[in-house]
Amino acid sequence: MVQYNFHFVKRTMAVARTVAARAVGLLSSTQRNLAALAPAGASVASAAAFPGAAGSHPPSALPQPATATAFAAAAGGRRGLAGVVVHRPSPTNTAETPFDFSDENYAKIDTILARYPSNYRASGVIPLLDLAQRQAGGWLPLSAMNKVAKVLGMAPVKVYEVATFYTMFVREPIGKYHIQVCGTTPCMLRGARDIVAAATDEAGCALGATSEDGLFHVTEVECLGACVNAPMAQISSTTADPYVEDLTPDSMREVIRALRAGKDIRVGPQTERPGCAGPQGKTSLLGDVPGPYCRDLKAEG
Amino acid sequence: MASSSLAARVLRGTPLLRTCRVGESASAAAGRATAGLAAAGQRGLAVPAAAPAAVNAPPKEMWRASNASRSYGGLRDEDRIFTNLYGDRDWGLDGALKRGDWYRTKDLVHMGRDWIINGIKASGLRGRGGAGFPSGLKYSFMPKASDGRPSYLVVNADESEPGTCKDREIMRSDPHKLVEGCLVVGKGMGARAAYIYVRGEFIDERHRLEAAVAQAYDKGLIGKNAAGSGYDFDVYVHYGAGAYICGEETALIESLEGKQGKPRLKPPFPANIGLYGCPTTVTNVETVAVVPTILRRGPEWFAGMGRKGNAGTKLFCISGHVNNPTTVEEEMSIPLRELIERHCGGVRGGWDNLLAVIPGGSSTPLLPQDVAGDVMMDFDALKEVGSGLGTAGVIVMDKSTDIVDAIARLSYFYKHESCGQCTPCREGTGWMWNILTRMTRGDAKLEEIDMLQEITKQVEGHTICALGEASAWPIQALIKNFRPEMERRIREYRPREEVGEAGQATSVTSFVGRSGRLTG
Repeated sequence: MVQYNFHFVKRTMAVARTVAARAVGLLSSTQRNLAALAPAGASVASAAAFPGAAGSHPPSALPQPATATAFAAAAGGRRGLAGVVVHRPSPTNTAETPFDFSDENYAKIDTILARYPSNYRASGVIPLLDLAQRQAGGWLPLSAMNKVAKVLGMAPVKVYEVATFYTMFVREPIGKYHIQVCGTTPCMLRGARDIVAAATDEAGCALGATSEDGLFHVTEVECLGACVNAPMAQISSTTADPYVEDLTPDSMREVIRALRAGKDIRVGPQTERPGCAGPQGKTSLLGDVPGPYCRDLKAEG
Repeated sequence: MASSSLAARVLRGTPLLRTCRVGESASAAAGRATAGLAAAGQRGLAVPAAAPAAVNAPPKEMWRASNASRSYGGLRDEDRIFTNLYGDRDWGLDGALKRGDWYRTKDLVHMGRDWIINGIKASGLRGRGGAGFPSGLKYSFMPKASDGRPSYLVVNADESEPGTCKDREIMRSDPHKLVEGCLVVGKGMGARAAYIYVRGEFIDERHRLEAAVAQAYDKGLIGKNAAGSGYDFDVYVHYGAGAYICGEETALIESLEGKQGKPRLKPPFPANIGLYGCPTTVTNVETVAVVPTILRRGPEWFAGMGRKGNAGTKLFCISGHVNNPTTVEEEMSIPLRELIERHCGGVRGGWDNLLAVIPGGSSTPLLPQDVAGDVMMDFDALKEVGSGLGTAGVIVMDKSTDIVDAIARLSYFYKHESCGQCTPCREGTGWMWNILTRMTRGDAKLEEIDMLQEITKQVEGHTICALGEASAWPIQALIKNFRPEMERRIREYRPREEVGEAGQATSVTSFVGRSGRLTG
C-alpha cells in the first residue's frame, strides 16, 4: 500500500512539478465550490486566484468588465457562464431584494412537486430554480434562491450548491437574449468559431459579456445535442429557448438582427432542411410506414 | 521517509521523470514508456485493463467487414422501429397509433414480468447509452419481490455526449414509443413509476414529451390501470439544468434528488439502492423505446439483424465533414464506410479526403482512415480496434481538420464538465487541455507528448465514474495515431510575438497557455 502510494505520489508530483505552473488561473473545482456564494469578504481571496481579475477589477464592481468575465469563463470553466461564482452583493442583488413567485408560478410549483414523493420535495429544486430564473428576468438573484429553499424546506446552502453546479443558472443580470453558441468539436468542425465571431460582432459584445443595449449576452457553451445540425446555438430568454441550427455567419447575424427588431425568428434549421434529415434529403423512410402489427402472443405462451 | 526524500528532490528541482533522452527517437521513447507502464503494473500501480491497447492480431480480424460472413446494412423500411424519425408525420397519439404504437400493450403487460425480461434477453438488446451492457440482464437485477420499498425506472434522456443527437429525435418525433416503452419495461422490472430525466437544454423536446405523457394519461394508457392492464404505472418528466455528468447513472439519481450531479460510489448499485434509496434502474431512451416493438415483432426478428452479440437496429448520428449529415436507423454491424456513403453522401471531398472518424461519441478513441475503411459499426468490432460503439455518434473529420485542435476542444469539454469530486479528473482534465492547446500550436517539448500520455494514464481508472476514462481515451488515440503530426508541430514551432493579448477573445479556449511553458 505504501509502495503504491509512493509511486503514485512520485509520478503525480513529477508531472505536477512541470505542469502545475501552467495551471495557474485554473481555479480548482473544490476551491470554486468552497468559494461559491461565500460572503463578500471571503470572495476577495478567491478573486485573487484569478490573475488579472484581482487587481484591475475590484470584486464589488458590477457588471463585470467584459474581459474579466470572459477570462473567468475560460479560467473558471463550467461555472463561469456569468462571471465568477462568488456572490457579490450589488444594489439589485442582496438577500433583502424582494422576490416572491407569482400566483401562476405557485400553481406550477404545485404541479411540479406532485411528481415527487412528499418527503423528497428537494427533487423539485432544479425546476423551481428554473421557474425563478424565468420570473426574475433570465437570471437568478440570491433572494430567489432563498425563496426556493423556503418553499422546498431545504437549507439555503443546498440550493446554492445546485445553482452554482449547473450551467443553465445565471447568477448575475445578463442581456435579454442569451445567445449560447455550441463550440464543442462536432460544431467546431462545421465552423462554430466563425459563428461565435459573427455573434459577438453583430450583438456588439465580447464573448461572455452583455451588449450595451442590454439585449444580448453571448457565450460559448458545450455540446447542446444537435450535432447533425451543426453549427448551432440556443437563444434563451424568459419565454422561450429555441435552437437555431445549420447556421452560417450570415444566418447568425440575421437571427440577431431579427431579435433586435423584435421579429420572430425561424426555429430549428436556418436552411430549407426539415430537421435531422440531411440537407440532401432523406435516405430512408421514403414510402408509407407499416401499420400496427403484433405476432401471436398466445402461441408464445 | 519516502515522501520526505521526494519533497527534498522537488525542492532541489531534481527532475523526477525523464521520458525522452536527448537524441533518442520518439518511438524508442514510446517503447520505454510502455515498458514503464508494465513495470508500474508490477509495482502495484493500477494499469487499467480497459485501455485501448494495440490489437494482438487474431488469426482473422473479426472487425473487418471484408471478413464478415454476410454483408450488413441496407435496412428495409419495414424493419425500422423509429418510423417517424424525421418528424414529418404526426408525433401525437393519433399518429402513433397509426404507426403501431400502443398496439396490444395491455396484452404485452399481461404476459408478465418474466416473459418481458426473457423476451428482451432473447432479442440480444444491448444498452444504447454507451456501455452496451445486455439490457435484459440489467433489468433482471431488480428485486423480484418488494421489501416494502417501491422500485423505479429512470430513463436517461440527458443526452449530452458530443456527436450524439438520437434521443432528441425520439423525444420530439416519436415520444409515444418512449412512453409506451416506460410502461412495458417498468412492468418488466416491477417498477411503480418512471422518471424521465431530460437534459435542461432540450426545452422544446421536453414540452413535446410532456404533451405525449399528458395524452397517454388522458386516454388511460398510463396511470391507474395503465392501458387496461390492471397495472398502475406513472410516468413523470423531470429535467436538469446543463451538466454532462448527469448522464452518468448515479449522478443522474443525485441530480433527480435535488443535489449536485456528482456520481456515487458503487456498490451499492442502483438496482439495490438508487433513487430515494429504492431499487432503481437507469436506462437510455433508445433502449426503452425499442422494447415494445421488439416484443410485438418477436425477439428473433431483432436478433436476426446485426452480428451475433450485437443484435438489432441502431440510430446512428453522423456529423462533421460529410455531405449529408443525418440521423438514421440502420442495422447493427453496418460497415462504417457504407454508413457514410449510403446515408451521408460520402465524406466531403471523397473517401480519400478522410482523416479520422470518432465512431461513438466524443469519448471513444478515434479511428484512422485505414481502419475506418473496413470496420463494422458494432460493439465488439469497434472494441477490437481499440475504440467503442458508445452512443453511435459518428464524428467524421476530413483532411482539412486540425486534428490536435479538434481533440484539444474535446479536452476543454471534459475539463468543463468534470464535476470536481475526484482529484485526478478535476486536475487532470485541466492539465490535458492546457498541454494539448499548446501542442495545437506546437508550443511544447517533445517529451511532453509522453508526459501527456502519462497524465491520461493517471486519470484513467482513478476516478469514481467513467468521465476520467472518457477524457483520457481521445487523447491516447490521438497520440497513438497522430504522434508524427504532433512531433512535426513541435519541431516546426517558432515562438512568435504574442498577438491579441489585450484583444477580444474569439473563443473560450483562446485564453489558455500563455504562461507556464516547460523551460530548461
